[in-house]
This record gives sequence, structure tokens and C-alpha cells, in this order.
Amino acid sequence: MKQENIRNFSIIAHIDHGKSTLADRLLELTNAVSRRDMQQQLLDNMDIEKERGITIKARAVTLYYKADTGETYELNLIDTPGHVDFNYEVSRSLAACEGAVLIVDATQGVEAQTLGNTYLALDHDLELVPVINKIDLPAADPDRVCADIEEIIGLDCENAPRISAKTGENVAEVLERIVELVPCPEGDDDAPLRALVFDSVYDNYKGVIVYVRMMDGTLKAGETMRFMASGAEFTVVEVGRMAALSLVPCVELKSGEVGYITASIKSVVDARVGDTVTKAENPAAKPLPGYKKVNPMVFCGVYPADGADYEALREALEKLQLNDASLSFEPETSGALGFGYRCGFLGLLHLEIIEERLEREYDLDLVTTVPSVVYKIYLSDGTMKEIDNPTNYPDPALISYVEEPVTDAHIYSPPEYVGAIMDLCQDRRGVFQNMDYISADRVDIHYILPLNEIIYDFFDALKSRTRGYASFDYELKGYEKSNLVKLDVLLNGDLIDALSFIIHAEKAYPRARKIAEKLKDNIPRQMFEIPVQVAIGGKVIARETIKAMRKDVLAKCYGGDITRKKKLLEKQKEGKKRMRRFGTVEVPQEAFMAVLKLDDQV
Amino acid sequence: MTRSDGSIGIYFHVPFCASKCPYCDFYSHCDPALLPAYADAVIREAHTLSGCRDFTDADVFDRRIESVYFGGGTPSLLSIAQIGGMLSAVSNRFSLAPDAEITLEVNPSLQDKQAFFDGAAAAGVNRVSIGLQSAVDTERRALGRRSGAEAAADCVKAAKNAGVTDVSLDLMIGIPHQTRQTLLESLDFALSLDITHLSAYILKTEPGTVFYKRRETLGLPDDDTLADYYLLMCEHLKNRGMRHYEISNFCFDGRVGRHNMRYWQNGAYLGFGPSAHSYYNGRRFFYADDLQAFLDGKPCTDEGAGGTAEEIMMLSLRTDAGLDLRDFARQFDLQLPDGFTKQLSRLQTGGLLAYCDGVIRLTDRGMLLSNAVIVSLQSALFNE
Repeated sequence: MKQENIRNFSIIAHIDHGKSTLADRLLELTNAVSRRDMQQQLLDNMDIEKERGITIKARAVTLYYKADTGETYELNLIDTPGHVDFNYEVSRSLAACEGAVLIVDATQGVEAQTLGNTYLALDHDLELVPVINKIDLPAADPDRVCADIEEIIGLDCENAPRISAKTGENVAEVLERIVELVPCPEGDDDAPLRALVFDSVYDNYKGVIVYVRMMDGTLKAGETMRFMASGAEFTVVEVGRMAALSLVPCVELKSGEVGYITASIKSVVDARVGDTVTKAENPAAKPLPGYKKVNPMVFCGVYPADGADYEALREALEKLQLNDASLSFEPETSGALGFGYRCGFLGLLHLEIIEERLEREYDLDLVTTVPSVVYKIYLSDGTMKEIDNPTNYPDPALISYVEEPVTDAHIYSPPEYVGAIMDLCQDRRGVFQNMDYISADRVDIHYILPLNEIIYDFFDALKSRTRGYASFDYELKGYEKSNLVKLDVLLNGDLIDALSFIIHAEKAYPRARKIAEKLKDNIPRQMFEIPVQVAIGGKVIARETIKAMRKDVLAKCYGGDITRKKKLLEKQKEGKKRMRRFGTVEVPQEAFMAVLKLDDQV
Repeated sequence: MTRSDGSIGIYFHVPFCASKCPYCDFYSHCDPALLPAYADAVIREAHTLSGCRDFTDADVFDRRIESVYFGGGTPSLLSIAQIGGMLSAVSNRFSLAPDAEITLEVNPSLQDKQAFFDGAAAAGVNRVSIGLQSAVDTERRALGRRSGAEAAADCVKAAKNAGVTDVSLDLMIGIPHQTRQTLLESLDFALSLDITHLSAYILKTEPGTVFYKRRETLGLPDDDTLADYYLLMCEHLKNRGMRHYEISNFCFDGRVGRHNMRYWQNGAYLGFGPSAHSYYNGRRFFYADDLQAFLDGKPCTDEGAGGTAEEIMMLSLRTDAGLDLRDFARQFDLQLPDGFTKQLSRLQTGGLLAYCDGVIRLTDRGMLLSNAVIVSLQSALFNE
């Protein structure tokens, strides 16, 4: 197809504003997929995505659309992940496009990610096609929402299609507007190859499938390609385009097109999102801008509940990593939890998704430790140490000062919740920056928030305090000095490493008390009294006592039914086996969960 | 400590009650019409051993029978003729020792007490166990017991008059709304009678009972209170000269319940009647808890090997004889690991266990925690 008839676009939206549903309708309208084959939200092909209603990994599909003018166009829809944890992937997908459809929910209007994604799209000079969705809902107010968009984003909405992706109403209009507004690509077939990797997926048969946007040049099977960032070279096995349900090989990819490459690549680590593909022969002088290796921001220990599953956990993590270059893991050992892995994630959602996939797809029972961020510890000897595991926290006497990551956080909310939001942010050690009325009923509250205060349950707390009306977006700002301490938990005098964590000094006391209480409530009484202590360094700051059990006896052991008594004891032994033993104390899994659980934190 | 003299005991389970007590989960029926059929069946079984044919041998009839126990249910619902018939079956068929202990459980609500005990004694009964449960009327009523405390006193007198040598009372701790005061009242009432033995059980609400369903609202003492009551009771009875020879059993002058001791000492026994359990030639087996199946002659079910190291430890530690570790290690060819010794010294330091001359015994506090103590010892022993 000549470049004039190609349109490369993404769909961007706040979560739940209908991105995936619209994608489905576009596939149907262009006959890319028959109604019968239509699973709901085809582009999200993982169960968890379907359940959570979010797209985790970007995918792309080529649609052929016969416009009202009679011309046929090749429309490449590049789907984007819809969550802040995957911002970098979003930015690479957008960089592969010339335009973006901006969906706004006609009942909710502009939300945090509407703006966040809009700014991202504008950063990449994309032409925006506003679309008002969910007009079938009784609460829809498209006029107000159009006014909002014009006022807040400065985007003309006079001709914005007003659609219902759910019912299909007016969806064809969206295709017309894409053809009309999104510029065609302007690559040079004769220039050295430069193709942007916007996604890569591991396939059992083909190896890594690299999704690319051809910027300049051409590529055929048999040619030798090179990833400019990793330097890795491969012989191209196959190139092709993406149909909705399958990959369709073709002879050659040309500039302006969107397609895939396979080259017997073993791991997505060699084909990272954002890298530039060129040819070994006549390579491009410079890679495309914007590549960065994304680093995990949130870390936690992941342990099999049953130690025997350690190998199975490793295999599962390896398989997930094949497809997820941003997931990192390395073995670690905990006295409390045994053998497990320290895993790094892009954010809390990423963590939850991986955890859920491990439990669901690999049938593993897991115990995870409190998530941690990466702290920079400056020692008195002038050196700096980065740690993401409280176990590695140095002796406080050796520490000069500590820095923690902070974020630029924007919360968008109706004005009536400003008080509640400020209370929450204050409570999370937020530093107020400014507040803008972006419209009559929408306020943008800007805070600097420490990352470790938002990785637990900030979003949940925000939702409950604003009845779900507030939305939230953040980006890492950098590191700031902070007064942090490490809390240790001791049972009967023994340190329980898995329960140690790093916390701001001001919060240490109430948190310590709460942990001690929870452990006391969740550890069953045992033959002897057990002191529960929470300490900073050597200093105990909270203490509880689990009283000794007094009665555990089968008073009546006669009538000759010995077997029944024996079975009761065996059951008791089984129960004991399910507990973790520390020195002399037996701790049930639930006690860990109660302490490690993310909700109900001080 | 464990019995290997070849003797056996016989247990008759009499699964009939005038009414079902709300805390009891033993197998019993309330229809007395089937009593005669039951007596016939149980006599037939004792004669033919047809239900336990797979588990016994010809040798069984030459084994010395050292004890017979009528348990229930309510064995005192049997007529004297039925009791006599069952005992005749034993003496005719087996080698009943002349000094065998023959125990009958008795509900104090029994009518014509003197005539009953005279008849029972004449038939051979020389030990009775009377279900007093509490000397306090409100507590007995809470347990579904209708007769007064005097009825139990009358039973003791009548039994003694009849020449029954051993009289035991059953008491209970952990009755709804029981207090230290009422517990002491019951103990002193029991001690005022001419008894040789006392059993005191901590009430446990078993699933399937009325008490279990209502356990939250019954006013049951909590575990800490129960523990206090138990220790109070042990102290009180010891001060009155009783020997605390098993978790729930006390006696004067060495007059232990020999039949029950057999269970704790790994001795052999045959049980007849629905839900009765047997242990013979190292195997455990039982009749189903189903009266009709028993009447129809349904055979016993295998429960596997008994007398394992775990069982011996569990049973021995119930008694004041305790567990002789040297014998135990020799019998089962065990090396006692370091972890086991460490656990012993922890338990000893904690006051739950006494260790003397190679024998371990539970203290009163240890008995209260016997499950946890035994489980911890077994785990340490078998490295579980």
C-alpha cells in the first residue's frame, strides 16, 4: 500500500472509558474479524486483562477500510496498555503512530489518564481525534464533556463523533475521522532501515515476535537485522502483518507500515520495547530517539507457600519473563519464608498482575512480602548503596543519610473531595505543590508524594475517600532525603526477616504497635508465652505477649477407641506442618498474610 | 508398663439411653424395645465371635480375661437377667479370671436400687461407675440429668450393701455456669461418699451434639477458666489422699480402673456391641455404630495396626506411670535425636513434664496440654 493510504493510530483513554470495546467494533466494521469469532475485547487476550478490564500488553492489528470516498486505506491500530505502570510502553506505542483516537466517557468527562495520555500523545506530535463514548448511558452529557475537552485540552470537538462503542452507534464515523485527520506516514524506502520496536512477545514456535513500525527503509526475510541498543544481530526468518486472529506473512515490510518480524530470538530481553531495528549491512547512523531500559520500581519477595514449589515458581517466573522484559527476579532466602525470589516490578499493578498470573496460570500458592521501593543509602564512609530489600539495610550507625524516590502526583477530582484528598496526601507525607481548577467541576491537585507511600494502597484509599470520583496519575520525579528507619519484628527474641521493612520515622511507632497487635491476634497460643517485639535497631518500640495456651487435652480417652484419638493428634500435627517454625515459635501462614496484607495500614 | 501377659479385657457397649444427654456423642438409642434383641445378639457375638472372626484366632478362648466392662449408653437399663446372660457368655466361653474386675456403668436414676445392685453383684459385678456429673442440681439439669444428687448417694450405699467392692463416681468440669465454688461442692459431695475412685472429665462440645450447636450461648467456661478448675480439682483431690493416676482419673489405695488401664497400657481387649472397639493381636477393629447392622451380624471393620510408637507415647503419657524412654527406644529400635532431648528439657523447664530415671511423666499442667506436648514430642522424635 502506498504511504498516502496508510494511517497509523492508537486509542488512548482513561481506564474504563471504552478503549477496548471501541477496538472490537472497529475490527468488526472492517470485517477484520467476523461477529462469530468475536470474543469480547479481542485485543486483550489474557484472562486477567478481561477481568480487570485493562490492557496490559500492547498489540497491533492491520485493518482495511473502504472510505466514503471509495479509496481503501490500511489502518494500523496499535493498542496501548492502560495503566501508569506501563507508561513507557505506552510512549513507545504512541511513537509508532501519527495520530491517536482520544476517547472520553460521556458520563465522566476528562480524567487523570485522559490528560496524562493526551500530554504523552502531544509529546509525540500526534494528531488527536476526539471521540465521545457511552452516549447510550442515561447519565451521558456529551455537550458538557465536549465543552470540557475544548476547555481543558483545547481540542476542537465540534465534529467529534458521539458514539456508543457498546451498541456500535456512530462507530463508522470514527473510521472516517481517522482517515481524514491522521496524517499519513512519510518514510523513505531508500534510506537505511530504522524500525521502532513497540512490543515483543514470546511465542513457543516462532521465538520472539517483534512488533515494529517501519520508519525508513525496507526489510525482507533472509536479511540480517540488528537491534541498535542491544547490538544483537539475527537473520530474519519471516516478516508480515497482523490480522486480528493471526499473523500474515508477507514478502517485504516497507517504510510507513506496521508489521512483525521473527528471527529465532530466544528472549524478549534481546528485543526490548523502544529499541531500533536496522540492517547489519548499511545500518542507520543513529537509532530512533526515546529508547530507555525500564527499571523496576517496586520490589518484593515472592515465596511459595509450600517450599516444594520452589522449582515450579522459578519455571513460572522464567516463562513470564520470556514475555515481560520489565519483570526481574533473583533468588533470595528468608529465614522466615524459606527459598523464594526477589522480584522487581514496574509498579503495584504490575506486581499484582504477575502475582495473580503465578497463582492462576501456574497454580502456585504464594506468600509475598511488603513491597519496597529502591532506597539510596549514603554511608558515613562516603559510599552509596541502593537497596530494595530491607534485609540488606545497613546498621543505622553506619548510615549518613537516606534518600527515597518521590513522585510528581496529580489527582483529578470534583471539588467537594479536595479536603479528603489533601488529608490523605498529607497523611502519606505528601508535599502540596498547587491546585488548578481545570473546569468548574474538576480540580487538579498536584503533590510530591513519596513512592513508598503510594505503592501499597494509595489508589484504594483515594477511591474510597472520593467514592470513586477521583483519578490519579504519577511519574517518578527523583530522589529526596528522608528520615527513614528499618522496623524489625522479633518473636520470642528471634528476628523474623520477612517481616522487616523500611518506613518513615514518624510512622514507625503506630505501625509497630499495629503489627505487634496483628501478630498477637493471628498467632495461636502455644505451650509457652511468646513475646512479640517490634524494634528499630536494638530498641524495642512495641511489644505484645501471646499468652501461653492452658488447655489442649482429650479428657476422655476410653471406650477403647484409640484410633479416633490418634487421628485427632495426627490432624493437629498436620496443622503444625502448615505453620512456619522460627526457633520455638510456630506461625501460621495467615499471621504473615495479616501483617503483609496491603490494606488496613496505619 | 505395656501389657504383654496375654490377658485380655472384654467391653460390652450398651447403646441404649432413656434419653440422650445434650453433650454426649457416644452411640446410643432411645428405643428400649430393641434391648432384648440387642442382648441376644451381643451374647451370640461373644459366643461365636462371628463379627470379629477375621481378627481373632482359636487362642482367644484360652486368654485370661482380667476385666469386663459394661459401658454405654446406659448399661443399667439392662435387666439383671441380661447382665447375667452376658457375663455367663464370657465365663462359659472364655477363661474368666477369678479376680477379674467386672464394671457396670450406672445411671443414678435407676429404680429399685438395692434389688438391682444385689442382682448385679450376684451375677458377678464387683465394680460400679455412677454418673453423678455434678452435685449441683442446676448443673445436672443443664446436662440433661434428671435425678438428684441423693440418688447417686443412694446408689453408692446400695452397691456397697450388695458387696460391690469398687465404687467410682463420674464428675464433669466445664459445665455451663460452673464456678469454683460449685466444683468444690461437687468434689466434696463425692468425697463424702464411700467411694474408691473418681473420674472427672473436662466437658468437650463434640460436633453433632446439642451443646455444640449452642456452644456460644451456653455459658461454658473458657479454656483458661477450665484450666484453673482442673488444677484446682487435682490439688483438692490430692489433698484428700487420692492418686491422680490418669489425666481424668483419681483413686484411693491403688484401686485404679483396671479395665481402662488396659487401654492406656496397650493391653488387648475385645469389644462387643455397636461402635465397640477391639484391639487384639496387634490389630484394631470395630463394630459399626449401627444397632441394626449389629443385630444383622455385620462383621467388624479393620482399623489397622495398633501399638505403634506414636500410640504408646500418646497412651503412656496419660498415666502417672509415664513413658520409660529406655524401654520405649529399645522396643521400637529408636535413637532419640537431639531435638527430642532439647524439647524434653524445654518442657521440663516450662513445668509441663517431669523427667526422672529415664521416665517422663506429665505434670498436672502438662496433662492439660497433653495434646500439644505429645505432638511436639512426636514431631521432635520423628523429625517431622
